[in-house]
Amino acid sequence: MSDPILKVRDLKRDYVISGGMFGKTKLLHAVKGVSFDVERGSTLAVVGESGCGKSTLARMLTMIDPPTSGTIEIDGETIDITSHGITREMRQAVQIVFQNPYGSLNPRQKIGAVLEEPLLLNTSMSAAERRDAALAMLEKVGLPPEHYGRYPHMFSGGQRQRVAIARAIMLRPKLLVLDEPVSALDLSVQAQILNLLRDLQDEFDLTYVFISHDLSVVRYIADEVMVMYFGEAVEHGTRDQVFSDPQHDYTKTLFAATPRADVESIKKRLAAKSAA
Amino acid sequence: MALLEIRNLRVEFDTAAGPFRALDGVDYTVEGGEVLAIVGESGSGKSVAMLAVMGLLPDSATVSADLMAFEGIDLRAMPAAERRKVIGKDIAMIFQEPIASLNPCFTVGFQLDEVLKTHTSLSRKERKDRVIELLESVGIPDPARRVSAFPHQMSGGQCQRVMIAIATACAPKLLIADEPTTALDVTIQKQILDLLTDMQRDTGMGLIMITHDMGVVAETADRVVVQYKGKQMETADVLTLFENPSHPYTKALLSALPENATGDRLPTVADYEAMMQADVREVQP
Repeated sequence: MSDPILKVRDLKRDYVISGGMFGKTKLLHAVKGVSFDVERGSTLAVVGESGCGKSTLARMLTMIDPPTSGTIEIDGETIDITSHGITREMRQAVQIVFQNPYGSLNPRQKIGAVLEEPLLLNTSMSAAERRDAALAMLEKVGLPPEHYGRYPHMFSGGQRQRVAIARAIMLRPKLLVLDEPVSALDLSVQAQILNLLRDLQDEFDLTYVFISHDLSVVRYIADEVMVMYFGEAVEHGTRDQVFSDPQHDYTKTLFAATPRADVESIKKRLAAKSAA
Repeated sequence: MALLEIRNLRVEFDTAAGPFRALDGVDYTVEGGEVLAIVGESGSGKSVAMLAVMGLLPDSATVSADLMAFEGIDLRAMPAAERRKVIGKDIAMIFQEPIASLNPCFTVGFQLDEVLKTHTSLSRKERKDRVIELLESVGIPDPARRVSAFPHQMSGGQCQRVMIAIATACAPKLLIADEPTTALDVTIQKQILDLLTDMQRDTGMGLIMITHDMGVVAETADRVVVQYKGKQMETADVLTLFENPSHPYTKALLSALPENATGDRLPTVADYEAMMQADVREVQP
């Protein structure tokens, strides 16, 4: 039954911080020994506040940054970008979607070119095949074909995030890292993107590593949840375990801080207010 | 008499493609000691309305209203110099990006002092003490030392606290908070919201919270205005709104909350579009 697509063991990443011209350099431990597995076709949510190392983790999983120590195994193959053993196929297996859809698309590139570029670089498809693939992908993410020749500035934030997602799955990756994909979006657009991610996961058998600080989104999309705090994974379990019975103090603080939008808690707040 | 009363506010922007109407006949009333939340998505005109009150809109904007009164005095009839005395003193505003709203070239102490210099007649020595007192009141640790810190030396949450200190320096009667916690982490968001509601309760000022987050509305508001594309959809007290939303758009917003998900899919506003059009037709026979 157990079929992990991603195995991470004791992963660490340090950054050297310059102390200026005369100061001493300092070592910042951004990720301090994290281990986890992700099952094929499931969603792992990584939760934590800014500075907890969740984006550093994403950079290591997507082979942008090398880990200081520890191993990453994707679909049975060990990834080590400091050696030269990384093949194109291995890089294609992992793709990433960034938080800010305004910053992650080239303003001078048409949407068609955005979607075709991964194919141009990694496959030997002809121009016509690439165009067909791009048009098919536009349809999959819910954009009409006439958007093929448009520029990013002509799109709203939600549409741009659809384009960014389409680009990421052009090469049919096995693992998709989503770094706060909905936190820059309006509530109703957020719902559309979350629905889209659900559909794509079913269709392409994708595995998600979903990085977020929004617990209500995590509760909706995750199978498993990992809570990070100052570079350490302080809690890891299935969604129901973590949400119904949080163990670590930090997880409890997070839950207590999340605004509650149910009628009961509003009544409680109003009662406390009129009593004061 | 209401603290702030606005009737039939319209704002139009001149664009290359002709005038664009950002706000189309909205009404707001805020009583003293009340927390009003204005909720809507981007493009709903929620910030534009409050910028119009503050007089911060660019020249390309045309503001018209039947009434725009603060404490019974029409803001538009005031001479510019009079209005500047009210803005920043009796009506203050804090913005979404705390780090961008502070001037990076000056210390936070200097920027706080500027407000006191403009709006009070305190002496230099008194102002210095007041600055430290204000920083302490918003929960900045070691305020005597932090007065000489620059904005880049502080975290986003601390910068927002400084912004709140600046806004509340002259004990405003009305504080407008434009998405004050959107750029912050949940744990910091909680602290800032608690700080704002505590201050509001202690001083009895009116507070307008502009937000797109229904969670923030539920945690802070007394009354709620729901806006969509420059029009007012619904005005209700907070409990009624969550318990029994009457407008389809409000229902759509509430059901798009991930915690309200039923089954596999989240309903989106598009699902309610047909209902909303039917609703508009009903209103206009």
